[in-house]
Amino acid sequence: MIVADKKPIEEIIECLKDHKNILVLGCNECVTVCEAGGKKEVGVLASALRMNARKEGKEVKIDELTLERQCDREYLDEIRDSIDQYDAVVSLACGVGVQFTAEQYHDKPIYPGVNTTFLGATEERGVWTERCQACGQCILATTGGICPVARCAKRLFNGPCGGSTTGKCEINAEVDCAWQLIVDRLKALERLDDYEKLCPLKDWSTDRAGGPRKVVREDVKQ
Amino acid sequence: MTTKTPSKLEKILRDGHLAVTSECGPPRGSNIDHIVKKGELIKDHVDAINITDNQTSMTRLCSLAACIRLKLMGLEPVLQMVTRDRNRIALQSDILGAASFDINNILCLSGDHQSFGDCSQGQNVHDIDSIQLIQAVRHMRDEGKFLGGDELEGKPEMFVGAAANPFADPFEIRVPRLAKKIAAGVEFIQTQCIYNLDKFEEWMKGVRERGLHEKCFILAGLTPMKSVGMAKYMQKRVPGMDVPEEVIKRLQGVEKGKQADEGIKMCIESIQRLKECEGVAGFHVMAIEWEEKVPEIVEAAGLYPRPNGN
Repeated sequence: MIVADKKPIEEIIECLKDHKNILVLGCNECVTVCEAGGKKEVGVLASALRMNARKEGKEVKIDELTLERQCDREYLDEIRDSIDQYDAVVSLACGVGVQFTAEQYHDKPIYPGVNTTFLGATEERGVWTERCQACGQCILATTGGICPVARCAKRLFNGPCGGSTTGKCEINAEVDCAWQLIVDRLKALERLDDYEKLCPLKDWSTDRAGGPRKVVREDVKQ
Repeated sequence: MTTKTPSKLEKILRDGHLAVTSECGPPRGSNIDHIVKKGELIKDHVDAINITDNQTSMTRLCSLAACIRLKLMGLEPVLQMVTRDRNRIALQSDILGAASFDINNILCLSGDHQSFGDCSQGQNVHDIDSIQLIQAVRHMRDEGKFLGGDELEGKPEMFVGAAANPFADPFEIRVPRLAKKIAAGVEFIQTQCIYNLDKFEEWMKGVRERGLHEKCFILAGLTPMKSVGMAKYMQKRVPGMDVPEEVIKRLQGVEKGKQADEGIKMCIESIQRLKECEGVAGFHVMAIEWEEKVPEIVEAAGLYPRPNGN
């Protein structure tokens, strides 16, 4: 899923300081699972904003709503009839949802309420870790199912570097060395000989390097 | 033995001499006097001088400019180049620039992570890795082509090196990793600083079992300890460094004013022991901000005078 983290409340308050009618808009997908932008977090942020308005003696109307998804026009249409009552929206969706909402409601300021962090998984409640950088050309078949692009701090294709110590990365003793994980996994798969295969230069044109990306699927297009 | 490049370092190694290299870090500013002075201090005692490339990610004068300066002084530089800061366009371009000044040695590295340096909020590049950089230089030199396939007008005649750290984890892939660098085309290796000689010799045993010492020249890396504090720092804080307790105890065993002398003595003893290690083709003496000690170490280790390399 797309993992997001809360933005500092001060940053959100600063964005909203000139607005009087605000919609806090959550998303029921990834950001709900990672507890950053679902119905519960919408309620918490809305309450905090109301308290802040009272403290500052301002009259501000703050409504709450959580859509099924903000990355889908069908669901964003649900606010078409009510959007005019607001002069700003705080979207607690990922960066995709914030932008998609802004595209639908062109003359309405849509502020981000979370920091979108990475594509990751839930390790345990309250702990999420990165697994994928969506480089557009998956090499997991050759690296024992562990991604050096997302998980090696130097994204080495022929790692590890000389800084790998007792299974940890040189940048931080809390971070696993991706290449230690790859070696361990190749061993478990009885494929350690594959370690010596040279990984060729990567074609980054499917990554950010190639500019904004697009997937067109003729087989599913209507 | 015939050489593939005009590199003096290559010639000395192929002639069967134990080579001696050292390294200098460029200044943190545009004043180049410092590197000129360092070069002068050690030039008669080493065959080539590595110039580091923004080591530990602290921004410095570029390796290429400092290498050119040494070359203009008639010295033999080894251009260190990390893949952290340059994409494949910049890497190829700098390789050609270096070659245009007859810089004939390159050391291909991935580089320390930028979080250690003075631009910890900066982006890193890592378009290609150190092994792929070895392949890239060999491709340019041997095929006479850019990575993109176009013909080069003038090939970079470079003797291609890389680093090896026998002490990093996982240990079991440290020999296979050298094999991988050799498969990529590496011709010489300079190792991480060796303090755990037993472990280095164990690694070399694995290297010899696969005949890898016959496929590239391995220069053993050595850095003299200046003090107990330095030894402890290296043991605890430098990633991938193996400083055994005995090293610290030995330094602690002498009074503070004599620790530096003891460190030099230990470095010389290490060289003497490793001269007997089959497959060691030379020594890379990295006296960090202590270059004036290099001549003393080289002489005491019986590595002086140096062959002329012609």
